[in-house]
Amino acid sequence: MAIFNLNINGKKQQVEVDPATPMLWVLRDHLQLVGTKYGCGIAQCGACTIHLEGQAMRSCQLPVSAVGEQAITTIEGLSEKGDHPVQKAWLEHDVPQCGYCQAGQIMTAAALLNSNPDPSEEEIETAMNGNICRCGTYLRIKAAVKTAAAS
Amino acid sequence: MTLVKTNLNRRSFLKVSALAGGGMMLSFSWLAGCKPSSEEALSLPKEWFDLNSYIKIGDNGLVTLMSPNPEFGSNVKTSMPMILADELDVDWKNVIVKQADFFPERYDRQFTGGSQGIRQGWTPLRTAGATARQMLVNAAAQQWKVSAEEITTEAGMLHHKGSGQQASYGEIASLAATLPVPEEINLKKFDAFHIIGTSRKNVEGQNIVTGKPLFAMDRFQEGMLVAMIAHPPAFGLKVKSVDVAAAKAMPGIRDVFTFQTLSDDYERNGFDTTTFTELVAIVGNTTWEVMNAKKALTVAWEEAADKNVVVKGWNGAESILIPGGIESTEGHKTRMEEMARKTAEVLRKDGDPDAAFKKADKVIERTYTAPYLAHNCMEPRNCFAHVTADKAEIYGPIQAPEFIMQALSARLGLPKEKIQINLARMGGGFGQRAYGHHMVEAAVISQKMNAPIKMIYTREDDMTYGIYRPTYTATYRAALDKDNNLIAFHVKGGGIPEHPVSANRFPAGAVDNYLAEGWKLNSNITIGAFRAPRSNFIGGAEQSFMDEVAELAGKDPIEFRLELLRRAKNNPVGKDNDYDPDRYAGVLQLVREKSQWNEAPSNVHRGVSAYFCHNTYVAEVLDLVIKDNLPVVEKVYAAVDCGIVINPDAARNMGEGGIVDGIGNALFGEMTFVDGVPQKSNFDKYRLIRQKEAPKAIEIHFVQNDLEPTGLGEPLFPPVFAAVANALYKATGKRFYDQPFVNDLQTSEMRM
Ligand code: FES
Ligand code: FES
Repeated sequence: MAIFNLNINGKKQQVEVDPATPMLWVLRDHLQLVGTKYGCGIAQCGACTIHLEGQAMRSCQLPVSAVGEQAITTIEGLSEKGDHPVQKAWLEHDVPQCGYCQAGQIMTAAALLNSNPDPSEEEIETAMNGNICRCGTYLRIKAAVKTAAAS
Repeated sequence: MTLVKTNLNRRSFLKVSALAGGGMMLSFSWLAGCKPSSEEALSLPKEWFDLNSYIKIGDNGLVTLMSPNPEFGSNVKTSMPMILADELDVDWKNVIVKQADFFPERYDRQFTGGSQGIRQGWTPLRTAGATARQMLVNAAAQQWKVSAEEITTEAGMLHHKGSGQQASYGEIASLAATLPVPEEINLKKFDAFHIIGTSRKNVEGQNIVTGKPLFAMDRFQEGMLVAMIAHPPAFGLKVKSVDVAAAKAMPGIRDVFTFQTLSDDYERNGFDTTTFTELVAIVGNTTWEVMNAKKALTVAWEEAADKNVVVKGWNGAESILIPGGIESTEGHKTRMEEMARKTAEVLRKDGDPDAAFKKADKVIERTYTAPYLAHNCMEPRNCFAHVTADKAEIYGPIQAPEFIMQALSARLGLPKEKIQINLARMGGGFGQRAYGHHMVEAAVISQKMNAPIKMIYTREDDMTYGIYRPTYTATYRAALDKDNNLIAFHVKGGGIPEHPVSANRFPAGAVDNYLAEGWKLNSNITIGAFRAPRSNFIGGAEQSFMDEVAELAGKDPIEFRLELLRRAKNNPVGKDNDYDPDRYAGVLQLVREKSQWNEAPSNVHRGVSAYFCHNTYVAEVLDLVIKDNLPVVEKVYAAVDCGIVINPDAARNMGEGGIVDGIGNALFGEMTFVDGVPQKSNFDKYRLIRQKEAPKAIEIHFVQNDLEPTGLGEPLFPPVFAAVANALYKATGKRFYDQPFVNDLQTSEMRM
């Protein structure tokens, strides 16, 4: 057990956990930030995607001890009112079915647009390829990313 | 307008009461629409009519609609209340939709699956909405001292033209709550719908995109512990002994123990588990700690013996043998090939197939196979439970709560009234979440720990637990005469542990000499419903075969099918043909037109397929191109006849999902076994379709008609398998008989 001072969604948070604990479980179990989802635990599905200093990151493979001062953003902190351009585009295209994968999809998409505001079709496909949607909403995801990029 | 009755012999279909703070509440039965037509629905047996949902109209005009059906992504939580709101004449923006919890005494049946939600809800929802509206009108008539006939309603407002009076529903609701429920009410003409048939956004959209805790996985309660289970690593094994010491000594661990879920002599229903009834529980403070302790656990396993369990199904109780022993995919293949050569059960026979095959000019025979599939819902199995001495609260993902209630009650030793199942939004269902074993497991662990617990399966636990889509095979034979007419057709299908054949489906009825046979083998590998059960294999097999028969006959594949459908219409063979040839032909014609079938671009390889299941007709055309030795699905056109479409954009979303899922499973879906061990346990090995492999575009066209609505969650799924196979044939010159197709693609010059 060790104490970690984290910077999550612009807020200082202190947790006392095993240093090997993945950020996914720190968020979900210790901070009740449950928007970040568990899907596979082995960096294969993208359900657990968060931002570390603005970069998309699989939180299931990110030990809390590796975070340090770096800023973490989760789906809860992507925007104050749920009106980030990506979230708005998601609603416009009515993307979700079951919804379980969508926080991860949105976080990946938002990180892509941070670094590449006008991605090509292929760049979108490549960036989003690590996020599985079992319900098969891929076409709407791609369309929503394009809409968000255009806004 | 359709006139329907609101009252039934013994119990009222609708019940009205006043709300404490002002306003009215109308309770009504959700189940009344099990039969499709209004007349039929309202003459259903009285015991079906338990009160199971309600409308609340607040004095502020806000309308709350309870949605009893659990939501797994098919958007019933939006579309079902839309039906009600339309008849009620309210403004959709003033409607709040809430998920009802499971109250058997109040709701009777709460089931999402089989694409039946909309179909069953159609008449009762409309009746309820129209009744509430009529009561508001009657109340206004009383208050204004005018005739009810002169009052009109619009967007939650009542108007009386003659006197110029008007009021909102909210102002009148309290008075309406004191009036008797009208005995008869009029349902709207279809052309008067203003919400039905218009696209409305998912009512949970904002909560989903902001990461709100909607799933059982997200449940947190003070004092809650986290639990995981260890199940046998192979089918055919059971717990021999457990060394709990190391795991128990790990940080944060509260207890490690084995427990029984259901005893072997417990009389099951079709949704109860038959294997893995003894599990190891690991309980601790946090998920990570429990995960680590699970890894430190040493369990010795031993082979389980044969056992018989009694399963009560639609046709009464049946004793089923669960064989002991260790099974493998290789062994299954051999046994299935043997069975396919033996005589099987005749499911339907028309004419004299034997004689017809003998005198045929050409005969073609082909065999199709498909492996077990794991559902792989994105949300692994999990459940929250808090069981105390005298009651139990269960909160989890479940498609069919009523089917697990009995097991919960028996296992916990609590009467059903003391068990409250609350329905979480499900992170996918696909049939798998109809099986509620995870609820029993969570409850037993909570009871033992005397604490609220959240039980979570790891992805590996989830993928290797079982309840798979069965493995199937089917051999088809067709005979053509010298003029290339189809004179005989034979299907012999089998599987473990069920066969996939629906004997009365197309092309039964369209061929003079027809034979359908089925056989099955039992196994200890558990299976369950999977998006469009049985159709999900046989649809693709049949439609791939049809393509090859059309080719042999030298006919266009769409025209070949239409020719058979004309025969089925004009001069049907046999009886009990379970499809409407006109509607079937309708979707084929529509997809032919929309895809410009006869003018395919030159580099595009096209496959067509059509299927009817779950009361909905679907035809699909799939366009494939080869890029860098890789098949790319450029576009899929689908034509769908599901009657009236309630929420077109949501319906298209569902349809797109079914198509993407079908392409994914056709190409990649596969679970195999070696010595009883599932060979894939996570997404590194179990390949699911991803963004890059999804079609670049999907166009879904609905047949416009005034027929009562049917479901969409399943019907678009089965035909895609054949559309993929038939397009791949055009692209490669090779037929694809064995799913997943990726196995054969990897051995050609193509890679996927
Ligand atoms: S849970 Fe982290 S990638 Fe799947
Ligand atoms: S919406 Fe269900 S997994 Fe993506």
